[in-house]
Amino acid sequence: MTLFGYRVPMMASLLVWCVVWEVVGRLDLVFLLPPFSDVLVAAVSLVQTPSWQSATVTTLRAFAMGMALSIVIGVPLGILMGRVKIADDLLGMWVNIFSSAPLSAIVPVLMILFGFGEKTIVAAVFLFAIWIIVLDTRAGVRHISPSLIEMARSYGASRPALYTKIILWAALPEILAGIRLGLIRGVKGVVIGQLLVAIVGYGALFETFSRNFRMAEFWALTIILFAFALLIAELIERAEAKVEYYAGARQ
Amino acid sequence: MAVSIRTDGEAAGLASSSNRSATGASWDQPILLRLVSIALFAGIWEVAGRIPVSFAFPTFSDTVVAFFGLLADGSLATAYLSTLQPLVLGVVLSAFLGVSLGTICGLWRTGEWLVIPVFIVLQAAPVAAFIPMVTFVYGIGMTAKTLAVMILALPVIVLNTYKAVRNVNESLLVMCRSFLGTNWQTVAKIILPDASPVIFAGLRLGVAAGFVGVVLAELLITPTGIGDLITFHRSRADYAEMYATIASIIALSTLTLVFLQWVEVRVFRPESRGA
Amino acid sequence: MGATALRNGPSPVPAPIDSIVEVRGISKTYGNVEALRGIDLDFPRGKLTSLLGPSGCGKTTLLKIIAGLIRADGGTVAINGKRVSAPGPERAFVFQDFALMPWATVTRNVAFGLELRGTNKAEREEIARRYIAEVGLAGFEDKYPHELSGGMRQRVGLARALSVDADVLLLDEPFSAVDEQNRRKFQEDLIRLRTNQNKTFIFVTHSIEEAVYISDRIVLLSPRPGRVSQIIEPEIDRSGDPERIHRDRHYLDTVDEIWQGLKQYVE
Repeated sequence: MTLFGYRVPMMASLLVWCVVWEVVGRLDLVFLLPPFSDVLVAAVSLVQTPSWQSATVTTLRAFAMGMALSIVIGVPLGILMGRVKIADDLLGMWVNIFSSAPLSAIVPVLMILFGFGEKTIVAAVFLFAIWIIVLDTRAGVRHISPSLIEMARSYGASRPALYTKIILWAALPEILAGIRLGLIRGVKGVVIGQLLVAIVGYGALFETFSRNFRMAEFWALTIILFAFALLIAELIERAEAKVEYYAGARQ
Repeated sequence: MAVSIRTDGEAAGLASSSNRSATGASWDQPILLRLVSIALFAGIWEVAGRIPVSFAFPTFSDTVVAFFGLLADGSLATAYLSTLQPLVLGVVLSAFLGVSLGTICGLWRTGEWLVIPVFIVLQAAPVAAFIPMVTFVYGIGMTAKTLAVMILALPVIVLNTYKAVRNVNESLLVMCRSFLGTNWQTVAKIILPDASPVIFAGLRLGVAAGFVGVVLAELLITPTGIGDLITFHRSRADYAEMYATIASIIALSTLTLVFLQWVEVRVFRPESRGA
Repeated sequence: MGATALRNGPSPVPAPIDSIVEVRGISKTYGNVEALRGIDLDFPRGKLTSLLGPSGCGKTTLLKIIAGLIRADGGTVAINGKRVSAPGPERAFVFQDFALMPWATVTRNVAFGLELRGTNKAEREEIARRYIAEVGLAGFEDKYPHELSGGMRQRVGLARALSVDADVLLLDEPFSAVDEQNRRKFQEDLIRLRTNQNKTFIFVTHSIEEAVYISDRIVLLSPRPGRVSQIIEPEIDRSGDPERIHRDRHYLDTVDEIWQGLKQYVE
């Protein structure tokens, strides 16, 4: 959008919404919505509390472990499904089902299998993130032009070399896209897991804040979480931009 | 904020991947292979249950028996009655609201500037955090559950519709103008039909998100419906019943998505039939 | 005649007596690229005129300005003596990329212009069927575009333009996305169609052979900035077998003459 001849960046309208929030909060129109400035103040004091710091460490650790697992397992699985037809035939249906299934229903199972602790959260992140990584990796491998693989073969590439020097790199744009979507889903998984377990990390904090109607802190925590999710998406997108040049050139 | 428009990748990524895989191509594979795949899954489950990997891991056969038990005593039917009402209501409301809002934003630059960033944030962020909040405002009834569904379903529907309308085939627009189409005709006869595959993909993703929302709301706040059935059987350590309930909601969600795709192809997009 | 004659501006072909489209002083600039400068042209009624030139000479831009799809920076376009600056019912456009609606059958695509005008369904489908047969697609009425070959798709585009009964048909490189064999057949059909339909055709192409083969008049445009460099009226008898034209002495001479003139613009 342009204003007085200047191009106003798209995301700038979020500032407008922050102002609206502030006004609505000041007028006390909505019971659960304190002014935005109060939320910011609460955010500043919140990050200094030990409870937030330890919750963040717990959450980040669970998130990182869950993501690492889903990438380490998801990418090879996707490559396998992209290259081996029988694996694709047998697993494809289940990967598709789980990628769009209401996984929140499975979290209670994780809770009884892994206990009311960090392991459940790691499992939830893994469960939310892995399917889209598998799907995108598979799609990336499928899109590799056959002549590229024939080229590698004709120059005598060994099987490991074919996979590590050609297939992995040629499918990289899709793999990264899958990981980015997986990260976004993983953040949702960590939050849903913690909300349901309710005694770990941010879930416990949300529980405390909303039970005691500490709304400024509740919103502060929400904003921190949202900012974290967007930051992750942005970072991985930067990485994607680096390989994008050949994503287009491959066709 | 430096977050670009592509943050809504979930919408686009899945919209495109839905064409090639998610509820897509894999449904065309021969029925035999699909049965083998199901049998394999059931077999692994059965073996894992017999070892057992955990005291809380029932065998596949126990789960099937429990499923028919739940069907027979009517508890599954009662639970679904309570779960499906807010789900359907929430999805229908999100569909109407989301498609209209997305279309307006796709056509009108100021609307785009003002509204789309909000949905980009909502799409990328874990909005599930709002669900406990919704209960505080609306209690533990139908309204709270419907809102939970909408919070999760709306962003993806809005963003997919917006993207589809915004990226409409330029040459068809020019064609419509050259044959003297009015603005209204352009929207109704070119833009919406051209955008409809991506809009439908968004609706399917919205339905999937709606399932997540309603189950989450029932697990978190309102002890009714499927969520309650899961929690209840967990508390009584009836793990077979609990697994059967969970499997049933996942199966229902999958079948719904397949059905929606079938309807889309049969009713709305005759040209993609048998193509 | 040779390269020198071509460079010396419009050749002294007399202005046609009855011109349906009059272009006066049209200019167009994109950013700092001058696409067209001071174009004056008359298009005779009932004839097929080609706009021919290397890429970047602004021929498509000129066609779209005549169609009212692009606004000129200066100058006027008049159809039947009336100034126009937007699309109108007296002109119909055939698109390079066909611009068919993938969700609509051949019949609906062909009838689309009439549909937009509010013609009732039975009547417009009747008209559509007639033109579908006219372009040689009878039997394909209920097919969808993806079920047709490129050549057949463009026939749908042509039938759509014919069905709105415009006086002037504007064709923007209609055969460039059609394979060679189909293009030949299509060109022959176009020659036949022109004699039957009594319409004015304005045809953009970058193919010299194509222009000479089908045109009554060829307007040569030179690039950067786009200007009229020469107007040629090939005197080729098209009444007999269209196959014969390709071996016609005059046809071959004209093609060669134009090529000698255009060579200088090819890097």
